[in-house]
Amino acid sequence: MKKSLICAATSLLAASPALAAPAAPVPNPGNNAWMMTATVLVMLMILPGLALFYGGLTRSKNMLSTMTQIGAAAALAMIIWVMWGFSLAFGDTVYDAPLGLFISGGSYFLSGTDASSTAATFTDEVISKYVFISFQMTFAAITAALILGATAERLKFSAVMAFVPIWLTIVYFPIAHMVWASGGLLFEDGALDFAGGTVVHINAGVSGLVLAYLVGQRRGYPKEPMPPHSMTLTMVGTGLLWVGWFGFNAGSALEADGSAGLAMINTFVATAAGALAWMVIERLAGHKGSALGFCSGVIAGLVAVTPAAGNSGPFGAILLGIVSSAVCYVFVASVKQKLGYDDALDAFGIHGVGGIVGAIGTGIVYQPWIGGPGDGSTPLGAQLWVQIFSVLVTIAWAGIGTLVAGMIVKATIGLRVGEEEEVNGLDIAEHGERAYN
Amino acid sequence: MKFIIAIIKPFKLDEVREALSGIGIAGMTVTEVKGFGRQKGQTEIYRGAEYSTNMLPKVKIEIAASDEVAHKVIETIQQTANTQAIGDGKIFMLDLASATRIRTGESGENAL
Repeated sequence: MKKSLICAATSLLAASPALAAPAAPVPNPGNNAWMMTATVLVMLMILPGLALFYGGLTRSKNMLSTMTQIGAAAALAMIIWVMWGFSLAFGDTVYDAPLGLFISGGSYFLSGTDASSTAATFTDEVISKYVFISFQMTFAAITAALILGATAERLKFSAVMAFVPIWLTIVYFPIAHMVWASGGLLFEDGALDFAGGTVVHINAGVSGLVLAYLVGQRRGYPKEPMPPHSMTLTMVGTGLLWVGWFGFNAGSALEADGSAGLAMINTFVATAAGALAWMVIERLAGHKGSALGFCSGVIAGLVAVTPAAGNSGPFGAILLGIVSSAVCYVFVASVKQKLGYDDALDAFGIHGVGGIVGAIGTGIVYQPWIGGPGDGSTPLGAQLWVQIFSVLVTIAWAGIGTLVAGMIVKATIGLRVGEEEEVNGLDIAEHGERAYN
Repeated sequence: MKFIIAIIKPFKLDEVREALSGIGIAGMTVTEVKGFGRQKGQTEIYRGAEYSTNMLPKVKIEIAASDEVAHKVIETIQQTANTQAIGDGKIFMLDLASATRIRTGESGENAL
């Protein structure tokens, strides 16, 4: 604070003699440092967090396949992001509506960006543009990787590499623009999505569900037992995801400010509540409180608090974590079996369903009477409708877009490995290695 | 000579080994095995998906003993490995045709 006052004073002195053009805004090093940290925390969520979380849940013959698909999909998303992804989501060229509601343009291959470029935050501060581009890059990367949980143990590696670029282009970039870019359809609508409940979780969940339908059930599912091969690694992955999620949620404030602090405490308490709630529900259902139940509750809580991170008070967040665990539990433990789809690692069952609970719930926990940071100017009913509308748009866009992207890949190189490859495991069939020797 | 095969609960292994040392048994072979008998398997639940495993982990002990001690061995194992619950296991005894110590070439009871 003191330093910025001095800075302001010196710039006033410097500017006063002549009517010089206003100096380009300079990022506050504190904000920049936090956002660089937050960015690598999200990277930690992908590798090794998500890779271990998903990998442990698969059978040992598919461990490397699951982890390699996540790593390679994320890497591909990073390259595409700097070529045209950033442009379509946050590019400098703003189109008029209706096109501008869905995408932006310009800045292809990051043209016009250098180390002094800045990006606006939610206040009058700025952060370095390269940091903003990197931060948003990790979101695109993790969303693409999350889908692969639904299709684990039978989707071809080459199909992943063909699907990801098409899917990012027609699904992720437009949804990110709609929700987060000024001028975007849902942004202008007033939808509350602090860190990506719609863009990341509902999007990945629904896309995973559709792709799982296209690729079909795993051979032997649901008759053959397919228990997780390493709950230990799943627990390690869960821990890394939770830690990394502080970058994801608190980083979405784009500054090291009070809003980031609020997102941080919510990311603690909603998750803790979700983890315990899942284990309590297991007991109420007559089972033992399990390690996987704990991990699932952690993820259900994290997913639900994502849109609410800076949009809820801590006790609203606790409520959200509990409700999300309860709804996700019912979904993966009973609804899924009845519907008969094979969302192998519950990408839809937890990210999709938890994301929907979080996105709609954010409309409630935002209200001041429940301790939220909202000023109450938007009535609950109106806010809820805005939230539900954003969920519906995301579901429809992700569902249709994934169907198109998946059909293109299915018709050209095919989605699924052969029967022998699947029985022997994708590790040896697709990568020529075993996870454990 | 007799050859004794005992299938017991894994957590009873140390107790059985100590008791057998107490009656002068100087060697045995132990293997971790899976199987089932009257005791049914256990149920594992992952996110609501129930998998019942019908094989349970057990420990198999193999002992070669002279005719005089063989019955003492069986009695000792039966008493130490007993928890009064189903799944405690079984003890089998076979006639042993020969035994040879590889190092010295001794055979018969001298090799035990």
